[in-house]
Amino acid sequence: MAKKVQGYIEIDKERCKGCELCVVACPKDIIRMSKDVNAKGYHYAEFFNPEPCVGCADCAVVCPDGVITVYRARIEV
Amino acid sequence: MGELRLMKGNEAFAEAVIRAGADGYFGYPITPQSEVIEYLMAEKPYERTGMVVLQAESELAAINMLYGGAGTGKKVVTSSSSPGISLMMEGISYMAGAELPCVLMNVQRGGPGLGTIQPSQSDYFQATKGGGHGDYRLLVLAPASVQEMSDFVPLAFDLAFKYRNPVMILSDGVIGQMMEKVELFDSIPRWTDEEVIEKNGDWATVGKRPGKERNIITSLDLDPYSMEKHNHDLFAKYQKMEEEEVRWEEINTEDAEYFIVAYGSASRISQKAIELARAEGIKVGLIRPITLYPYPYKVLQEKVEKGAKGFLTVELNMGQMIEDVKLAVKDNSKVEFFGHVGGVIPTPEEVVEALKTKIIGG
Amino acid sequence: MELTADKIKELVVKPENKVYTKTPLLTDKTLSYCPGCGHGVAHRILMELVEEMGLENDTIGIAPVGCSVLAYEFMNVDMQEAAHGRAPALATAIKRLWPNKFVFSYQGDGDLAAIGGNETLHTCNRGENITIIFINNGIYGMTGGQMAPTTIPGMRTSTSPYGRDVQMMGYPLKMTEIVAMLPGTYYVSRQAVYSAKHVRKAKKAIKKAIEAQLEGKGTSFVEIVSNCNSGWKMTPVKANQWLEENMLDYYHLGDIKVDGKLVKEIV
Repeated sequence: MAKKVQGYIEIDKERCKGCELCVVACPKDIIRMSKDVNAKGYHYAEFFNPEPCVGCADCAVVCPDGVITVYRARIEV
Repeated sequence: MGELRLMKGNEAFAEAVIRAGADGYFGYPITPQSEVIEYLMAEKPYERTGMVVLQAESELAAINMLYGGAGTGKKVVTSSSSPGISLMMEGISYMAGAELPCVLMNVQRGGPGLGTIQPSQSDYFQATKGGGHGDYRLLVLAPASVQEMSDFVPLAFDLAFKYRNPVMILSDGVIGQMMEKVELFDSIPRWTDEEVIEKNGDWATVGKRPGKERNIITSLDLDPYSMEKHNHDLFAKYQKMEEEEVRWEEINTEDAEYFIVAYGSASRISQKAIELARAEGIKVGLIRPITLYPYPYKVLQEKVEKGAKGFLTVELNMGQMIEDVKLAVKDNSKVEFFGHVGGVIPTPEEVVEALKTKIIGG
Repeated sequence: MELTADKIKELVVKPENKVYTKTPLLTDKTLSYCPGCGHGVAHRILMELVEEMGLENDTIGIAPVGCSVLAYEFMNVDMQEAAHGRAPALATAIKRLWPNKFVFSYQGDGDLAAIGGNETLHTCNRGENITIIFINNGIYGMTGGQMAPTTIPGMRTSTSPYGRDVQMMGYPLKMTEIVAMLPGTYYVSRQAVYSAKHVRKAKKAIKKAIEAQLEGKGTSFVEIVSNCNSGWKMTPVKANQWLEENMLDYYHLGDIKVDGKLVKEIV
């Protein structure tokens, strides 16, 4: 069994304002804007493909509203 | 008996600031009150008591230093003269809105505009009716002697913290510049940091206290209902001042038929005028408002009820306090005004003449 | 073992694996800023530092007038809201009366460079031991996109609708270079927050600024070149591109003064 660094992000979609800066910031292109809207009417950011995520936190670092929480662990695959 | 000294009004004020345990003075020089900061800088209160003294780059900066300083829950004070006080009005409005205690000294000079460096009382409206924007009141004390330039400082701090409201000492160039004997009060120690936190930690920026709510100092409230309530709360506070803080002095009023109403330097002149008039057999007394806000309306009303035959207001302006006298007296007795402006000082003889022509014979 | 999204979540999303989340020194109130506005990032890195440096109970901040007038609603420390442009004057007195607190002002370009220019200059010139965070987005956001002192030549705003004509409207004011020339400043830097790399750099600069104050060295001043998507009438992503392509030619990033010495030629 090999080990890999696996990341995962949680997006507080109700507090997301849909600015898309996290989409641009993500080096793995695994965040996109949802088709749905949140209660405020924004298309919120969506983490659609966790596997390539390394938990670099760039998305959270550029998020003006602090809605992204980042996790990172070494897991066995 | 306290220490006796011969001092200028401005110097007595400055010495009283140190003795009252003030934590910070922030000011900008302007005639006729520059002796305040000169005295403080020479006296080195930062060595005597640890008090901060800073010459700001403008009155705008000075009043906003005061705004920041007042927010810390410590005792802060500034002084200026009329044009400088005009510049400070924005900051004073913020402090009234944010309910911050501070002491403001205005050693008035004549205006409008750059006006003159000579004495005046023409900032009465500005001091007592607001001055800056918004509905607010300052508590206003009017000293009439060098002694009161000293005595009113600890009183002003007490009132400022009691009501969490700016207190203005409305003096003028006569009182600020003249020298008199003054009995200085014994020094009141500055509050320690722990005392500041204990007394004012519930509202002041003392640093977030563990386990307690943080403090925010602001005059902003974008919710109309909340802002309306804030205005009502302020006015409930002013109502309390009106009930509890009215101060005045009466001289020779027991048997008086006529009354001179005057404050500050005009009351000193009027006091002599009363002596002269009494020597001629005129039964006249002096009512000297000490608080200009809250104003002693009731005192005047009582005189009217007892049959006062007339009131002469004497002011170093074009007639400002007379509006408050009229509010008290209404149409129930005669109210007239006498004054000089531009730095011209009325003589007691002129006041007696005005009393005779405008009130008694008029 | 196949790594499904659910499986990854199960394996990774555990408290001990949390590497980044909003600092508790930002309140839970929704920021009043437009989507993508740099203010939110600037607020966050400042408050992260207050938390990381253990200053939560020893910080007093000053909010300005402008878009960030409500900064005190979001920064979860003792705060005071200043009159327009006067934040450095407030900070001056607060620091002198509480010399052991970390005192900062947070100001926009209108507040700091226009109406408050004098307070900024004199506070820095006295070397007040405070930290000034200056957000420069080249426009007045709060009032609806009017020209700021920092609006770059040719830039369109609602009061320079044909672009800033410097012959008629004057030149953009480089306050950061000006304060760097004053003997009272100890650390002066210009940063940006439009990419993760720049956010991390900006945070390091603010940390240096805070350290300078804690060491009693004098005024520390960090400008953050930021965006104003609404005022610039661009999407947040476009605005950040425009910032990089246009603003940075005029407002060069990097430290200008370190340890009280100029480290960059001022042009």
